[in-house]
Amino acid sequence: MSERGPFRHHGVQVGGALVGLFVLAALLASWLAPFDPHAIPTGLAAASLLPPAPPHALGTDALGRDLLSRVLYGGRVSLLVGVGVELVTVLIGVLIGLIAGYYGGWADGLLMRVTDVVMAFPSLILAIGLIAVFEKPGLDKVFLVLVLLGWTTIARVVRGEVLSLKTREYVQAARALGVGDGTILARHLLPNCLAPLLVAATIGVGGNMVAEAGLSFLGLGAQAPTISWGAMLAEGQTFLASAPWVAVFPGLALMLAVLGVNLLGDGLRDLLDPRFKH
Amino acid sequence: MTALAASPAKASDRSPAGGVLLDVRNLVKHFPVGGGGLFGRSHGVIRAVDGVSFSIQKGETLGLVGESGSGKTTTGRCILQLERPTAGEIIFEGRDLTKLSLAELRPIRRKIQVIFQDPYSSLNPRMTVGQIIAEPLAVHGIVPDRNARQARVHDLLSRVGILPSLADRYPHELSGGQRQRVGVARALAMEPSLIICDEPVSALDVSIQAQIINLLEELQSEFHLTYLFVAHDLSVVRHISDRVAVMYLGKIVEITDRQALYEAPLHPYTKALLSAVPIPDPAVEATREHVVLKGEVPSALNPPSGCVFHPRCPIAIEDCKKVVPELREIRPGHRAACIRV
Repeated sequence: MSERGPFRHHGVQVGGALVGLFVLAALLASWLAPFDPHAIPTGLAAASLLPPAPPHALGTDALGRDLLSRVLYGGRVSLLVGVGVELVTVLIGVLIGLIAGYYGGWADGLLMRVTDVVMAFPSLILAIGLIAVFEKPGLDKVFLVLVLLGWTTIARVVRGEVLSLKTREYVQAARALGVGDGTILARHLLPNCLAPLLVAATIGVGGNMVAEAGLSFLGLGAQAPTISWGAMLAEGQTFLASAPWVAVFPGLALMLAVLGVNLLGDGLRDLLDPRFKH
Repeated sequence: MTALAASPAKASDRSPAGGVLLDVRNLVKHFPVGGGGLFGRSHGVIRAVDGVSFSIQKGETLGLVGESGSGKTTTGRCILQLERPTAGEIIFEGRDLTKLSLAELRPIRRKIQVIFQDPYSSLNPRMTVGQIIAEPLAVHGIVPDRNARQARVHDLLSRVGILPSLADRYPHELSGGQRQRVGVARALAMEPSLIICDEPVSALDVSIQAQIINLLEELQSEFHLTYLFVAHDLSVVRHISDRVAVMYLGKIVEITDRQALYEAPLHPYTKALLSAVPIPDPAVEATREHVVLKGEVPSALNPPSGCVFHPRCPIAIEDCKKVVPELREIRPGHRAACIRV
C-alpha cells in the first residue's frame, strides 16, 4: 500500500501543493502583496506597463498598479467563487440526486427532466443571458447563476451512484432491519457516493473558477475596483503584443489553480476508496 | 458439494416445535417490464412468482430450491417485504404482512431477518464490523446504551465464531467466510424468529460452506430459529432442511419432507434435478439413469400454457399444454403439481 499512500500519490502531491499555495496566497494576500493593489502611482506615464523587474516582480499594468499584488488579491475572488459556489451546488445536487435515485418513480422522472432541461442549455450563454436580466452585473449575480446552472452535474453523479448502490445487499439488509429511509440515505448511500462526489465537486470548483473568470472577462462578473483574474485578462488583452505580462500572469495563475484543484480531486478519489486504507 | 452430500444427513428426530409461524397463500409478484419514470411505458409483466403457497412450522427449516429465475429469491424478498406482493397473503404470527403499512411493519421487521448470498456486497464497505452489527440494535432500541451495545456486539461476534477484536475491522479486511459470519451476526442481533437464508453459502468455498451450514444449525437449536433456506443446490438443502419445496418458473411444483423428496420424488422436474446431482460413487454413478432436461427455462415474461414445465418435460402429454396442474396431495404430506402422477 505504501506506493499508493497519501503522500506518495503524485496527483495529491502536486495538486495539494498547488491548491495549498493558492489558498495561502489568497489568505495572506494583505501581508504578501508588496504594494497596494489599487494604488495608482503619481507620475503614471513612467510607472505604467513596466516589464517584470524589481521592485515589481511581475511588472505593472496600464495604470501602473503592481501585478503581483493584483494577482494575489485576484486569487481571493477566484477561490471564493470557486469553492463557495461548489459548496452550495453540492448541497442542492446531493439532495436532488439522493431523492431521485432512492425514491425513483415520478420524483426521479420529474427531477431528472428538470436536470435535462438545465443541462441542455449552453451554460455560458445561459449565464450571460441570466446576468443580463439584472440591472447591475456583479459577483453576487455570478454566484447565483453558477449555482443555478451547476447543481445538475452533482445531481446526476449522485443519482447514478444511488441507483447502483441501492440494489446492493447491505442496503436491502438495512431495509429488512427496519432502518429508516433517512438513515439509509445518510449512513449507507451517501458515504458510498463520496468518492465520485468528491471528484465531481473538485472538478466543479475548477469549472466555477474558469466560469467566473470568463464572465468577469466579459465584464459581467467582478466590477472595478474588485480584482478578478478574468477582469485582469480583459484589461491585459489590449496590450497583448506590447506588454504580454499584463494578461499572461493572471492567466497563468488561473491555469495553475484549476490544474491543482483537478489533480487533487483525482488523487483523492483513489485515497478515499476504503480498499486503499491500511 | 460432495463434502456435504457425504456428511450424515440431519437427524430426522428433531421434530418442529409445532404451530405455524409463516403461512404464504397464493403469493403473486409480477414485475412490469420497461416503464417506470415519467414517460415510460410498460411492455408486459414478468411473472416472477405466480401463485405460491406454503407454510413453515416454528423451529422448522424449509428448503426452497429452484434454478435461477424460478422466483425463489423473489419469494423470500416478498416475505421480507422488500418487495410488496402483487397479490396473495403472507401471514406471519397471525398477521397478514401484505395489509400492513410501512410504519406498522417496522416492529415486525425485527422478527424476520435475512442472510444474503454475497458476503461482499451485503456489508457496507464504509462501516466497521462493529458498526454493522450495532446498527439494528440502535435502530430498534434493543440496546440503547452505547457501552452495553458494544458488549452485545462482542457477544454476538463470538457466538458466530469471530474474534471480538475484529469489531473495528472493515469488511474488506475479512475473508468471505468471516464476512458471512458477520452477516449472520447482524441477522441474529435482532433476535428474530424467522431467518430467510438467501443462498447463504453459494458464494463460498466448499469447506467454508460446511462451516456456515453447521453454524446455522447450531444457532437454530440454540435460539429456536426458523429458517426459509433458499438455494439452487440440492445437496446443501438436503443437509439442512426438514421439508423442501421445489420451484419452477414462479410456481411450486413439489413440496414434501426432505426424505420423501430425495428418495421418492414425484414431479418429473424434481427427478431431473436430483439426477443432476453427482453421487460420489463411480459404480453407482455409471449405472444409474440420468434424466437430462432439454432446452432452457422459458421466459417468465411469456410462460408456456398449461403446465409451465411441459415444453421440457420427458413425460408430457397433450393435456399438459392445456391444463394448469394444481399442487395436490398425492401421498400424505407430499404434494406435487403434475397431472401425470
